[in-house]
Amino acid sequence: MDQFKRAIITSVWFMFLTFPLMVIRVNTIEKVVQWRFMNMLYVGVGAFIFSYVWRYLLSKRQVGEQQEEAGAGGKAGFLHRLSSDRRVYAPVLAGILVAAACFPLVGTMYQVNIMITALIYVVLALGLNIVVGLSGLLVLGYAAFYAVGAYTYALLNHHFGLGFWTVLPIGAGLGAFFGILLGTPVLRLRGDYLAIVTLGFGEIVRLVLENWGEVTQGPSGVSGISRPSLLGMKLSVSDSTVYMYYIMIGLVLLTIFVVNRLKNSRIGRAWMALREDEIACQAMGIDKTKTKLTAFALGAAWAGLMGVVFAGKTVFVNPASFTFLESAMILAMVVLGGMGSIVGVVLGALVLILLPEFLRDFSLYRMLIFGAAMVVVMVLRPQGLVTGQRQKYRVKVKEAVAAHE
Amino acid sequence: MDYFFELFFSGLTRGSIYALIAVGYTMVYGIIELINFAHGEIYMIGAFTALVVAGVLTALGFPALAILAIALAAAIVWSAAYGFTVEKIAYKPLRGAPRLSPLISAIGMSIFLQNYVMLAQTPDFLPFPRLMPELPLGPLQSYIGSSGVFIILATAVSCAGLTLFIKFTRMGKAMRATAQNSKMAMLVGVNVDRVISLTFIIGSALAAVGGVLIASHVGQINFMIGFLAGLKAFTAAVLGGIGSIPGAMLGGLVLGWTESFATGYVSSDYEDVFAFLLLVLILIFRPSGILGKPPTQKV
Repeated sequence: MDQFKRAIITSVWFMFLTFPLMVIRVNTIEKVVQWRFMNMLYVGVGAFIFSYVWRYLLSKRQVGEQQEEAGAGGKAGFLHRLSSDRRVYAPVLAGILVAAACFPLVGTMYQVNIMITALIYVVLALGLNIVVGLSGLLVLGYAAFYAVGAYTYALLNHHFGLGFWTVLPIGAGLGAFFGILLGTPVLRLRGDYLAIVTLGFGEIVRLVLENWGEVTQGPSGVSGISRPSLLGMKLSVSDSTVYMYYIMIGLVLLTIFVVNRLKNSRIGRAWMALREDEIACQAMGIDKTKTKLTAFALGAAWAGLMGVVFAGKTVFVNPASFTFLESAMILAMVVLGGMGSIVGVVLGALVLILLPEFLRDFSLYRMLIFGAAMVVVMVLRPQGLVTGQRQKYRVKVKEAVAAHE
Repeated sequence: MDYFFELFFSGLTRGSIYALIAVGYTMVYGIIELINFAHGEIYMIGAFTALVVAGVLTALGFPALAILAIALAAAIVWSAAYGFTVEKIAYKPLRGAPRLSPLISAIGMSIFLQNYVMLAQTPDFLPFPRLMPELPLGPLQSYIGSSGVFIILATAVSCAGLTLFIKFTRMGKAMRATAQNSKMAMLVGVNVDRVISLTFIIGSALAAVGGVLIASHVGQINFMIGFLAGLKAFTAAVLGGIGSIPGAMLGGLVLGWTESFATGYVSSDYEDVFAFLLLVLILIFRPSGILGKPPTQKV
């Protein structure tokens, strides 16, 4: 009964809250007022259900926390068992690879194009995952590094006619350079300040691109960028799309490989240690600035790399592609997928890009749902879709004992 | 010299609005050490509520002054309600969580509220009615419009009221105690949950005042206005020293003048760049701001 009363109160409260914005719409020029009372009903019913679901989930979270404290929460999830047993995950991975390789033979041009976009975001999200997920540095201006890469290729190609493969490493290098440039002064800031400064940096880069017309051609952007060439051959549009798709598959595999190796390396463990506790980490003799800077530079390098690919794919870049929303989207992929988990981030990026493509009506509500999902995930399941796993080392007790003796 | 005064007053008007919003950031930060990312959106919601209410009242044929008063009151009430609800949903369950969690949740809330207003109202720019009456200003008229005078006066009154409230009331005392050490405050019988709610309510109400005034001054609004305004107000709060209320007011004014003079004398293309540069510089050279104290790191 208490639950019911609370749900009623929540429902009434939300009806009151959304009354001016959901119900009334005014046209200030023609002085016409439009009343939409049906919306109020929807909000009321929605809030009533929301109240029950929210309370149920919150109480479930509490139970889970208590279990974990009592030590009973060691039950490995389905995905964990999947990823820890080689006999299970090897065929699954092989299957995914074969499917990915065959995709352009089955899919239409349009579908292949969407897949390329999705794969670009997979790599971007993995790059941001190094900074946010592994090192715990919240960067809100990631799109700025992406823009650096895209404009590097666009301008070098436009003015000097440099090709895709030449610029690819330059883009990544410039991305890393900008990462270090921004990172050096701001990395001693605490988490929340860092977030805002990187957000400001992202806006500065976008505004400079928009206003520095002589170099960047202003808001209208750079067009007519050449597509990547294959051994000097000129490809048709559809062939080059397929070619781009395979390039992206290659880059995704490379990124997953590198990030996975990094994660279990000395520097990767240093990142995770810094994320957990800076002071303790310094006491263990880890150079804080250098470690953070490496994370920053590596994350930015991946964004620069993808910028070049993006410019080569769309053959047109303008500042509007690199707004804060872009950064927020990539962040949402990392957060929803599971910070620090490679499988999670890949899934997060694919779901967030492909879902709106399948559900056309959904695209209008896309950002609304992403925003809400970020809140819900943080409150109810901070580890995201897939929990990031730590490398575990086992000491073989018998041998150790034998060696000791 | 005329040009100088013109820029001076335009900076003062702008800075007052930044100060009003910055106070909300600084109060919340002072109490729970969280950057309330959704604060800019609360300001935007205040402006939209005022627009909707003013539209209805105009259609009903109310006199101008009554419209201003009712629209402002409605904006304050609803903004405060939104601020209260946002805290309950997105921040309260995350107390004691790692620092990154409430921050991400705040960003999610901000994106959600932007898109909610866009879908519920419109993605286009809306003309905002001129609610503030014309004042006989005499020679001052050429430097500052009557809406500018309203903005400066309203900011002064709100800030003075807030300072008195925090200094002399019981609740103000509880707020100061919570800001110093929330656990100790709880031990001596302060209802910390209520203090936090009140902080959000007051901050949101001030942001709503700022939203209505600036929307009426500029003459148009859009669901994105909260993003830039929030960012700049945050800059102002950091500039003055986050956590300090006089600092937020001072920071707002300094930022307003910096922007106004820089666009007036240097270049108007890079208006927003100056604010961000100032933010980056202040964080590098004096992260504790003008009036703030350097924080101690705790293990």
